[in-house]
Amino acid sequence: MNILVCISSVPDTTSKINFKNNNQEFDDNGVQFVINPYDEFGLTKSVMLKQELGAKVTVLSVGGPTFEPILRKALAIGADEAVRINMKPLDSFVVANEVSNYIKDNEFDLIICGRESIDYNGGAVPGMVSELLSMPFVNACIGLAVEGSKVILLREIDGGKETVSVNFPAIIAGQKGLVEESELLIPNMRGIMQSRSKPLSVLEPSNQEIRTNSLSFSLPDKKQDCTMIDKNNVEDLVNLLHNEAKVI
Amino acid sequence: MSVLVYAENWEGKFRKSTFEVVSYASQLAKSINSEVHAITFGNILEEELIKIGDYGAVKVYNYNKINKSNNQAIAKIFTEYQNFSVFIFSNSFASRSITPILSIKIGSSYVSNVVSLLDFNNKTVRKQSFSSKAFELVKINTEKVILSISSNAFGLIENKVNCNIELLDTELIGNLNIESQEKSRGKISLSEADIIVSAGRGMKGPENWHLIESLASEIGAATACSKPVSDSGWRPHSEHVGQTGKAVSPNLYIAIGISGAIQHLAGVNSSKVMVVINTDPDAPFFKAADYGIIGDAFEVVPKLIEAIKNFKN
Ligand SMILES: Cc1cc2nc3c(=O)[nH]c(=O)nc-3n(C[C@H](O)[C@H](O)[C@H](O)COP(=O)(O)OP(=O)(O)OC[C@H]3O[C@@H](n4cnc5c(N)ncnc54)[C@H](O)[C@@H]3O)c2cc1C
Ligand SMILES: Nc1ncnc2c1ncn2[C@@H]1O[C@H](COP(=O)(O)O)[C@@H](O)[C@H]1O
Repeated sequence: MNILVCISSVPDTTSKINFKNNNQEFDDNGVQFVINPYDEFGLTKSVMLKQELGAKVTVLSVGGPTFEPILRKALAIGADEAVRINMKPLDSFVVANEVSNYIKDNEFDLIICGRESIDYNGGAVPGMVSELLSMPFVNACIGLAVEGSKVILLREIDGGKETVSVNFPAIIAGQKGLVEESELLIPNMRGIMQSRSKPLSVLEPSNQEIRTNSLSFSLPDKKQDCTMIDKNNVEDLVNLLHNEAKVI
Repeated sequence: MSVLVYAENWEGKFRKSTFEVVSYASQLAKSINSEVHAITFGNILEEELIKIGDYGAVKVYNYNKINKSNNQAIAKIFTEYQNFSVFIFSNSFASRSITPILSIKIGSSYVSNVVSLLDFNNKTVRKQSFSSKAFELVKINTEKVILSISSNAFGLIENKVNCNIELLDTELIGNLNIESQEKSRGKISLSEADIIVSAGRGMKGPENWHLIESLASEIGAATACSKPVSDSGWRPHSEHVGQTGKAVSPNLYIAIGISGAIQHLAGVNSSKVMVVINTDPDAPFFKAADYGIIGDAFEVVPKLIEAIKNFKN
């Protein structure tokens, strides 16, 4: 079985978010980049499937050279091969096009993405890829099992869960539950040594159109100071919520 | 340039988030002197269908033979509405399984987590980005556009009109086999909730959650939790909020025994009002909160439940 895991490189979750060039660009000064947390679940799941069923795992990123550390990390975690498409991921459409072109040229049974990237929060790439390739798409997966030529998925729906099955090839967007937090693989010494000799190839993009431009960014307004209420007068809180904040 | 909205229903009933997106669509349509039509799937009674008109939609197309779980089939239905150029969805899981597919089918732009009305002159719209730590102004370069609206960003705007119903019995099977569903019954869903009572490791263990649940039921709230709480299995994963869980934006978020780590705040800081109850006066959450009580949850929460009971009388 051939598995492709699409990973994006995002600011570490503890990062303070700032912008530069008249708020037109994210300021990456001093920011640590990590594998998008939703993609980590899929990466670990694919390495588990490899151990169970003997799959080959390829990781793919559309991004500049700064994406390479996360690809190396994915190799150290257990992926067999990494591919970087050398282009600034300007919008979800351009990324989806590059990803689907890569998939067209290489055969995969299962493509695993994350539910959303935590930087631009598009939640768009995997669904777009599915349509570009006419494959089934299952969003927000919290469980995955392979059964012959089918894959059984448990997905989160609004107010519950749903089990669906699809035939290979298919594309899914995963989140916590695909594997548990405690199962997430981290690179060990042996993995890190091995990753150095694993292939990481760089491909040039096919130069596609973008459909949206990011014009500028802004930060939320600063909050007013917190009004403290004495723990012995909680009815004051109820009054404030009713009369001042008008939320109850 | 009419506006088409996906009026999602749950077993034949519309929820607030549906009326919210219909309200949004009507506001948009008004700004360009146009009208709003809605699409919905499954069996719905007429008296429910016409409620869409309360928020300004003049027509609703009801496909009663299409399973709303079949995202690809639904996307296909939307492509039959070629004369529409703006498509409005909620931010629900179901919506977001359809929107990216539809955007490829119709060659449109797609913007999710939208928090402003679409500006037709400049073709721009504002969305949340960096997990609610920032806003992004996005320019749309295509003629058609699909927007997923962040929940609670607009609220409901009543605007009663006559809503015509058109029943359609088109059948379409998509490329997913729906095997089974498990519903968490009788609970307010997190993404919809006006009020959320959320608790963290400060609650010590799952056996103490009855306090959180009584407070929630007293005040009509949904319950949520911090990540370590769901990681330890004290609460289901679906309650985990934050940067790597659900992003929520209720009118009122009550955080009990949660320290207020940056990853937690990322998912909740678009709440309108935040209340924090924590024993530690230096807990970072107080910096983000509007109202705070320094105190032990095991003392404060029962008092708060009492105070709310008294308030309601
Ligand atoms: C990649 C990554 C992603 C993450 N994503 C998320 C996320 O999405 N959501 C999330 O929540 N976290 C997330 N985290 C974890 C986050 O960093 C914090 O560890 C977590 O939010 C802490 O949870 P907590 O506040 O419940 O527990 P703690 O940090 O242990 O805080 C418990 C709080 O309870 C207070 N307390 C103790 N006893 C009482 C009492 N009797 N009454 C009142 N207060 C009491 C304490 O003073 C303390 O402030 C993420 C972390 C990483 C590394
Ligand atoms: N630049 C990228 N390179 C590779 N995969 C990506 C990239 N951006 C997004 N993805 C994948 O698409 C998922 C959803 O991202 P997004 O649509 O950007 O929110 C991510 O979790 C990744 O799996």
